[in-house]
Amino acid sequence: MKHHINTTLRRIAPQLVILAGVLLLNFLVFPDFFRIEFQHGRLFGNLIDVLNRGAPTALLCIGMTLVIATKGIDLSVGAAMAIAGAVAAALVVDGHSWQVALLGALCAGAVCGAWNGVLVAVLRIQPIVATLVLMVAGRGIAQLVTEGTILTFLNPGLIHLGAGTVAGIPTPILIWLGLGLAVTAIVRKTALGMLIEAIGINESSSRLAGINSRVLIISVYLISGFCAALAGVIVAADIKGADANNAGLWLELDAILAVVIGGNSLLGGRFSIIASLLGALIIQSVNSVILLSGMPPELNLVIKALIIIAILVIQSPTVKHALYILRASADPIPPGSIKEAKESPQ
Amino acid sequence: MKLKAMLIAGAMSFVPMTAMAADLTIGFSQIGSESGWRAAETTVTKQEAEKRGINLKFADAQQKQENQIKAIRSFVAQGVDAILLAPVVATGWDDVLEEARDAEIPVVLLDRTIDAPDDLYMTAVTSDLVHEGRVAGQWLVDETAGAKCDIVELQGTTGSSPAIDRKKGFEEAIAGHDNLNIVRSQTGDFTRSQGKVVMESFLKAVGGENICALYAHNDDMAVGAIQAVKEAGLKPGEDIKIVSIDSVPDIHLAMSKGEANATIELTPNMAGPALDALEAYLADGTTPPKWIQTESKLYTLEDDNMAIYEMKKDLGY
Repeated sequence: MKHHINTTLRRIAPQLVILAGVLLLNFLVFPDFFRIEFQHGRLFGNLIDVLNRGAPTALLCIGMTLVIATKGIDLSVGAAMAIAGAVAAALVVDGHSWQVALLGALCAGAVCGAWNGVLVAVLRIQPIVATLVLMVAGRGIAQLVTEGTILTFLNPGLIHLGAGTVAGIPTPILIWLGLGLAVTAIVRKTALGMLIEAIGINESSSRLAGINSRVLIISVYLISGFCAALAGVIVAADIKGADANNAGLWLELDAILAVVIGGNSLLGGRFSIIASLLGALIIQSVNSVILLSGMPPELNLVIKALIIIAILVIQSPTVKHALYILRASADPIPPGSIKEAKESPQ
Repeated sequence: MKLKAMLIAGAMSFVPMTAMAADLTIGFSQIGSESGWRAAETTVTKQEAEKRGINLKFADAQQKQENQIKAIRSFVAQGVDAILLAPVVATGWDDVLEEARDAEIPVVLLDRTIDAPDDLYMTAVTSDLVHEGRVAGQWLVDETAGAKCDIVELQGTTGSSPAIDRKKGFEEAIAGHDNLNIVRSQTGDFTRSQGKVVMESFLKAVGGENICALYAHNDDMAVGAIQAVKEAGLKPGEDIKIVSIDSVPDIHLAMSKGEANATIELTPNMAGPALDALEAYLADGTTPPKWIQTESKLYTLEDDNMAIYEMKKDLGY
């Protein structure tokens, strides 16, 4: 067990260091950054905001990690969010309970995921092309559901999922933490994780070894659609309305970035959901730096790009190797030991 | 349902013209349904035409210029009395507008202008974005009456012309009033969710008690920000005054509850002034000015916001 924790810690160490660095940057631009208060029945503070606002990306990157581990990619998650949000809003506006709305949205997300999965696993279309279909068409579907307007609702149960709190903690934080832990437990306590990795490393040989890759690939896209649906419901509930044009717009790119910052290879194979979740928090912390710094908005994307480039450069194998060499040569062998070495007989 | 109606209307416009009892036949080439405001503009244009007994031929271009050019050519071929054009882009109109001019069909531009010689269109009906910002700023100047007031600003999408112009107008209006200062300004991308997220960060970075007013470049961001203010335990509209632009139904709903203070209307009724000008021109040849500026009407808590909400909510916003 202890060995297991140690391996995990070693795996996520770079992400932890980067997260600490970005949080420190937050602290430098805004000294009150780490202050958390309990007011009006909820935890209130910038750290809570990072956890809360990072929820959509965090949820997306759980599914995205699994998809990328099979050497795939899911570009349609942003559009799936818009569809799920629209379905949830349409159902409560029609007078259904929030449970029905949530279930409907999750089903919509699962259908989106299954569609992608079938295109990839059965029809053998390249994942980037297969999921592009829904990425483009999905917003149109969402707009059909909302009839082109921002569909607003007042159902307290549904709003609670995005803007409410449980024991003072914003609900979205609990949702992504819960789902992240659950999925990690499922893939790591069973052989599922290993099988997914096997497909990513070499699908043909994994199939020859008896793995039902088709079912597994459809499943990971289905999970990705499910995660996207949850994120979509949270985003809609947060603003009490389904905005088909803007909900989850470009969020698929943030989710992929989170997976990459989490040190997972886009070529598939070994993966760590925890590292991806840390990646999502890193991205949200970078957004927080931009918002708190009070810089003119023209610089937003430049600042974000610079920080992300720095993170990726630090993680690149070449730089890692160079740092390792540098550290080795910077540690001179103590003078005494050289002398000893000279004096000691062969 | 609405979409279906629009699709049918779009398809109908390509059906050869049937004899109508109406005096005037006017073609309307709309961009598409890119936003709620545009859907409302389409609805209002149809209402205005119906009110005047005009036979309106509606063509939805689905955000494509080639569809608009096709629609204008078909209007010319049908020999309509005039053409209303909401141009999707600013360039590339010279040829097709020359064809309309040769057929002696006046063209009126709605809500956007184009880069083409003046003589290719009769007039353009648009709002003045800088003026809208100025009205918002002037409202705050009057409202605060010299009392110190720190303002946070939610900008539109960085680099977009509404964001640039609405910021400029607001700054012009508050210039010279030392009591008014913009302490934070950040983009909320014109969306509700970004409006909420950015307002949350303002409330923490500046402190809710230090913010006296919020100026949002559109109502949607203000609607998001109102939720952030509420979640921070403050009263929007009282603790923090909120002024924004567009006058969409949901901001009037918020104003009816006292949660927002003022909004400046970007009227979806561009067709009203356009049709007035066209009717005058076709009746006795009165040439309208090259630019007809629509009214940027200020709505405050003194208006019956619930009634405005009821009136606006079915326009398709």
